[in-house]
Formats: sequence, structure tokens, C-alpha cells
Amino acid sequence: MRERDDEWTGLMRSAIAGDSAAYHRLLKAVSPVLRAAARRGLARAGQSIDQSEDIVQDILLAVHLKRHTWDVSAPFAPWLFAIARNKLIDALRRRGRRIFVDIDDFAETLPGEAPAETASASEVAAQLQTLPARQRDVLQSIAVDSASIKDTAAKFSMTEGAVRVALHRGLASLTAKLREQ
Amino acid sequence: MDTDQLIRTLAADNTHQARPVGFALMLALLAAAPVSLLMFFTELGVRPDVMIAMRNPFFDLKFAVTLALAIAAIAVSLHLSRPEASLRGFGWLLLAPVGILTAAIGGEMMMPQRLPMMTRMVGKNSWTCLTAIPLMSLPILAGALIGLRHGAPARPAIAGAIAGLLSAGLAATLYASHCTDDSPLFVAAWYTIATALVAAIGALAGAKLLRY
Repeated sequence: MRERDDEWTGLMRSAIAGDSAAYHRLLKAVSPVLRAAARRGLARAGQSIDQSEDIVQDILLAVHLKRHTWDVSAPFAPWLFAIARNKLIDALRRRGRRIFVDIDDFAETLPGEAPAETASASEVAAQLQTLPARQRDVLQSIAVDSASIKDTAAKFSMTEGAVRVALHRGLASLTAKLREQ
Repeated sequence: MDTDQLIRTLAADNTHQARPVGFALMLALLAAAPVSLLMFFTELGVRPDVMIAMRNPFFDLKFAVTLALAIAAIAVSLHLSRPEASLRGFGWLLLAPVGILTAAIGGEMMMPQRLPMMTRMVGKNSWTCLTAIPLMSLPILAGALIGLRHGAPARPAIAGAIAGLLSAGLAATLYASHCTDDSPLFVAAWYTIATALVAAIGALAGAKLLRY
């Protein structure tokens, strides 16, 4: 557990310093833990675990857009689990249940426990369709077609800077739409 | 979109690094302050005998109280903008203005006074105080909430209430230079009610606006 937390903290520090590959690895590493905790939270609230992937994506978006609130000198896991807990409570509340979510749901997850397969998520995909065309095209090109920023810029005859702006605005408005739904 | 696709997209956006919440809060407050200052100078203005009043320690203590409130609330706001933070360990900062005010009341009690206690507490400007502080707070509160939206508070209503304290503290600092009631008893009664009102507005607004 301790080693895992230290590894996450190290990856996040590199990510903040601009290392996108470290950031990618970090998000990949935390997802199964978040997924297991979301499933457990849903199960305990007596709800279908089908929605767990929506919650995982919700958490990942919040982590991404709020990562400047992480103190680089602090461990990463407590910060991550605070966001995850907040998002899980929000999700359960939105589905009409007030429920106590134990922080240990996240902290005590064992790595081997998490199922490897990802369930399908629909909320992000649905909200994606409501974005302005340019943002949607850029997001789809990078997410679905796995195109780089450079390739995306070439495809839509945009500058790389404009692609980056559209990408970030798209992610931010996607998150706002998910929050208000 | 599956989660791996989302992760790839987020990693592609890693080059976008947001400014710290403190920076956003400072910009938003600097943008909002002129509105409150304009309200103050067009409607109220500094009291004419300010040069003489400054020699009265109880006039000066009003600023110590309001500025202590504003500074403590800014520090607590920034602390609470982190998702894992709670009031514990930081909430005591908000007792600083209360402590100064209590000491000032004690000090005044020990001095001979021309006016009875109730008269000093009721004062002459209570209604102005109760309207001017909340009204001048509103632009600052709006700015504070916009700035704090860059954060991720665990309890949006509490974070909003603290933003209310912050704006009331700054607005009360302006108001204190206008008001001729210098008794700490007046401050304890009316400034407190005005501040509580702004904190309540902040809590309501924060519950909606500060969710992330």
C-alpha cells in the first residue's frame, strides 16, 4: 500500500512537471482502484454496478481539472480519494440516495481485487454529443481515433495551439455538463 | 467513450496547467474591489473628522477586527479549496477577530465612559451599518466565489460561508472608516449581524457554485 502510494505520488509529481507519459501511467494505475471502490459504493447503496464506469470517468475528469489543488509536497492518495469520495457521494445522491461513503473503501482496495475489464460508460459519450462541433471533433479525434495533437491539427487544418485550447475547453465543459445533469 | 480513451485524452491535455487557486482568488478580488470602492465613495465616503478619529484607539481597533477577519478568512478559504482539507486545524484562525473584539470590549469597560453601555451599543448608524456592509460585500463575494471556483472544496456551503466572511471583512473595513460609532460594543452587535448575513448568502451561493 505504502509503495503504491509513493509510486503514485512520484508519477503525479512528474506529471505536474510536464511528463504526459507519467500522467498517462498514473491515470491507468488509479483507475482499477477507483472502479473497485465505485462498485463497492454502488453495491452497498443497493444500486446496480452498471454505472460504476460513469463514476470512474467522472472522478478522472475531476482529478484532471483540479490537479492544481494538489500540493506537490503532500502524498497523492489522500487527495485522490477525497475527490473520488466526493464524486461517488454526488453520483449516489443524484440517483436519489444519501449514503455514507467510507474513505476506507478507497484506501483498502487491494490491487488484485479489481476486475480488469471495463464496463461501458455512457454519460461522457452522451454529453460529448452536446459540445460545440469543433470541441467535439477534437475530443473525438484524440480519444476515439487516438490521433496526436499534431495529427488532429493537420486533419482539421487548425494550429496545434488551437487544438490544445479546444481540447481543454471541451474537457472543462464536458465536466460542467456532467455536474449539472 | 471508454475509460482508456478518456485517459488518453486527459494525458494529451496535460500540457494545460492551471494557476493556483490563490492566484485566481487574488485576480478576482482585484477585479471586484473597484466596484465596492465606487459604491463606498459615491454613497458613504470617509468620515470628515478622520484625522482626529485616528487618535482614538477604538477607531483603529475597528480596522484590526475587520482586517483580521478578512485575512483569516482568505487563509481559510485557500486552505478549504483543497478536496482533502477540513476546517480542523485552520478554523481557529477565524477566532482572531473575535479575540481582538473581546479584548477591545474589555478595554473599553475599564475606561470611564460618558455614555451608558446600551447607548454605545445601539449607536447612531446601526441601519447604515446593516445595509452598507452587506451591499458593499456583494461584488467582493461574487469575485471571491469566481476565484474559488478554481478550487475543489469538500464542503461547498462551508467554503461559501467563509467567502462571505472574507467579503464582509473587506467591506466592513471600508465601512469602518465612514462610521462614527467607534465603540467595540457597536462593532460586536451590528458588524456581526451584517457579517452573519453575508456569510449566509455566501453559504447558499457556495453550495451551488463551488461544487466541482
